[in-house]
Amino acid sequence: MTKKSNRLSRRHVLAGAAAGAAVSSFGFPAVLRAQAASIKVGILHPVTGPLSYSGTQSRVGAQMAIEEINAAGGIKSMGGAKIEALLADAQSRPDVGAAEVEKLNEAGVAAIIGPYASGIALATTQAAARHGIPHIVDVAVVDQVVTRGLTNTFRFGPGLKKTVDTAIENLIKINDGAGKPARTVMIVHEESAFGSGMATTLNSELPKHGFEILETIKHANPTRDFSNIALRVQARKPDLLIPANYYNEYVLFARALQQQRIVPKAIYSILGGGASSYKFVKEFPQAASYVMDCNHWFDPRKAAALVLKEKTEKRDLFYTYEVFMNYSCVYLLADALERAGRADRAAIIAALASSTFDKHVMPYGPTRFVNGQNEGAQPVTTQVLDKDIKVIYPLAFASGNAVYPMPERRG
Amino acid sequence: MLDPVILLPAAINGLTMGAVYALVALGLTLIYGVLHIINFAHGSLLMVGLYGAFFLHRFGVDPYLALLVMVPALFALGYVLQWSVIGRASHGSDQNVLLVTLGASIVIENLALYFFSADTQTIDTPYAIAMVDIGVALVSLPRLIALGASLALAAILWLLIARTDLGRAIRAVAKERQGARLMGIDVDHIFAMSFGIGTACLGAAACLLLPMFYVSPHIGHVFVLVAFTVVVLGGMGSFSGALIGGLLIGVTESLCGLLLGESLGQIGIFLIFIATLLFRPSGLFGSRLS
Repeated sequence: MTKKSNRLSRRHVLAGAAAGAAVSSFGFPAVLRAQAASIKVGILHPVTGPLSYSGTQSRVGAQMAIEEINAAGGIKSMGGAKIEALLADAQSRPDVGAAEVEKLNEAGVAAIIGPYASGIALATTQAAARHGIPHIVDVAVVDQVVTRGLTNTFRFGPGLKKTVDTAIENLIKINDGAGKPARTVMIVHEESAFGSGMATTLNSELPKHGFEILETIKHANPTRDFSNIALRVQARKPDLLIPANYYNEYVLFARALQQQRIVPKAIYSILGGGASSYKFVKEFPQAASYVMDCNHWFDPRKAAALVLKEKTEKRDLFYTYEVFMNYSCVYLLADALERAGRADRAAIIAALASSTFDKHVMPYGPTRFVNGQNEGAQPVTTQVLDKDIKVIYPLAFASGNAVYPMPERRG
Repeated sequence: MLDPVILLPAAINGLTMGAVYALVALGLTLIYGVLHIINFAHGSLLMVGLYGAFFLHRFGVDPYLALLVMVPALFALGYVLQWSVIGRASHGSDQNVLLVTLGASIVIENLALYFFSADTQTIDTPYAIAMVDIGVALVSLPRLIALGASLALAAILWLLIARTDLGRAIRAVAKERQGARLMGIDVDHIFAMSFGIGTACLGAAACLLLPMFYVSPHIGHVFVLVAFTVVVLGGMGSFSGALIGGLLIGVTESLCGLLLGESLGQIGIFLIFIATLLFRPSGLFGSRLS
């Protein structure tokens, strides 16, 4: 009996509590309405494995934007619903990236942002398409990311072809502007899809514009020693040196060039690992001097971009393109959510497809997706000048004047 | 598209890079070759050494001066790791050691990721890009120092194993563990000492490597596979083998890169690895220390 009485008593307590909650909810309807359900968004990047630095930077950029949006009252058209980041790790592997999409789907995400690398993006966009999850691709430049007819995929940044075309266009302008001092080229690229694809395009495009490609050197990841490659560059004496590699290899290569005192007329990277890196500039100011790069970069004229730079640096992080690209991607999604008015995947896809979002920190025009590619996106050419990274082309966004041909570097 | 003029400088570059491989392999050959411990944590411990030297540099300690701190520190780490973790968890079984060291490497790497982040770190020293003109080629000063250091380290280790009581005890334990125990040798202590010395070599390798390379939590993977190849090529437990093996691998990699293309340079290393296993499984300097 006693037992039964106890159980009844507990039930009474629970019932009382439930009743109390119900009564209080009637009593304070305004408070309850303010607690709109959060919107789950998958933030998927390679935060472990070889790409972990870029993945971590990407994640931080996305989180900073989410913090800002939530602090500013969330998604207003959805009653101030907060964005809840579900952090996922692709472990630098496409198969893991795809598996993470499945988990995010189970968790009920409204959209996914990521995953930095092209190889991973090919897998995650396809996995997300199976569940109709809108997938904003932050960087992943390989063109196939948006050429497979996936209606859920929206790439915010420019693709490889657009980047290479712009890089060549800017290079020609710079070279022509200085009286065409450069004619011969050497390309040093890493062996994955990114570097090899770049080398193939450059080999077909540069000769059309009067450049002679002396040699194209492919190297493995990781490469422990660039001395031989530096020796080959020294033997060939190209006017232009075009590296296409990831940060670690870029640093070793730049140091090998400096050691062998190789000074071409320009070191012109395309999506170069180090040339658009404040870290590289800070740690190796001499090796970085006058290096040019055509890459993703922020608009130096936008106050928001500079505020974000300051906030990033306050966290003891370098302001890399992963940070501001992902930051902008979250705002792109927030804009789509505002317009969709509900966290329904199909509605978000429709809102993204018709997006004209322009409150980003990039030197882009208004967002305009054509077959999933943001046609407003464009890379810019930067140069390391006075231990800082300046935009030199296009002139509309320029914060510095190109120094070309490259003067002798000390050190 | 090979320019014959660069053949000799490339071979010399390979030689100096080989010295770096030898440095990493010297500790491994002691642990792997003499005590038969397949130490998967070797790369992770190299990473610990590199971070140690890196942080000392932040406090103004030159990497070469950091040798005085990092060698004893890594010895202590190795000793404690073998004594308190690997030795205990393996329960005397060599197979268990393999799993324990693999587990240790995963733990160490993830701790590094947690504390140091995945960011790549580098240091800049006044001599980092200094070159020495040796007549036929310009050679990087830190690489030349690494070459000299690997020769010295191999000699020191050889002397230690061949001429000291500790070396005799290590050889006795390597040859007949039970017999050594019966002769009054503290086998657990000798295991820990050997592991400690092997790890101390990594401390030296880390200090010599830092001026010319970068540090990240995954840096061990860049070197450890090559180090295993060097040990197999040179002969397990042979310090002169590790040294010659390292230099040979360095030159092979360099020349293969030049002849076959840089991305295929590593093919030579693994062809040597397979050929050694097929035709001379005991390595070039095959006889174990005895």
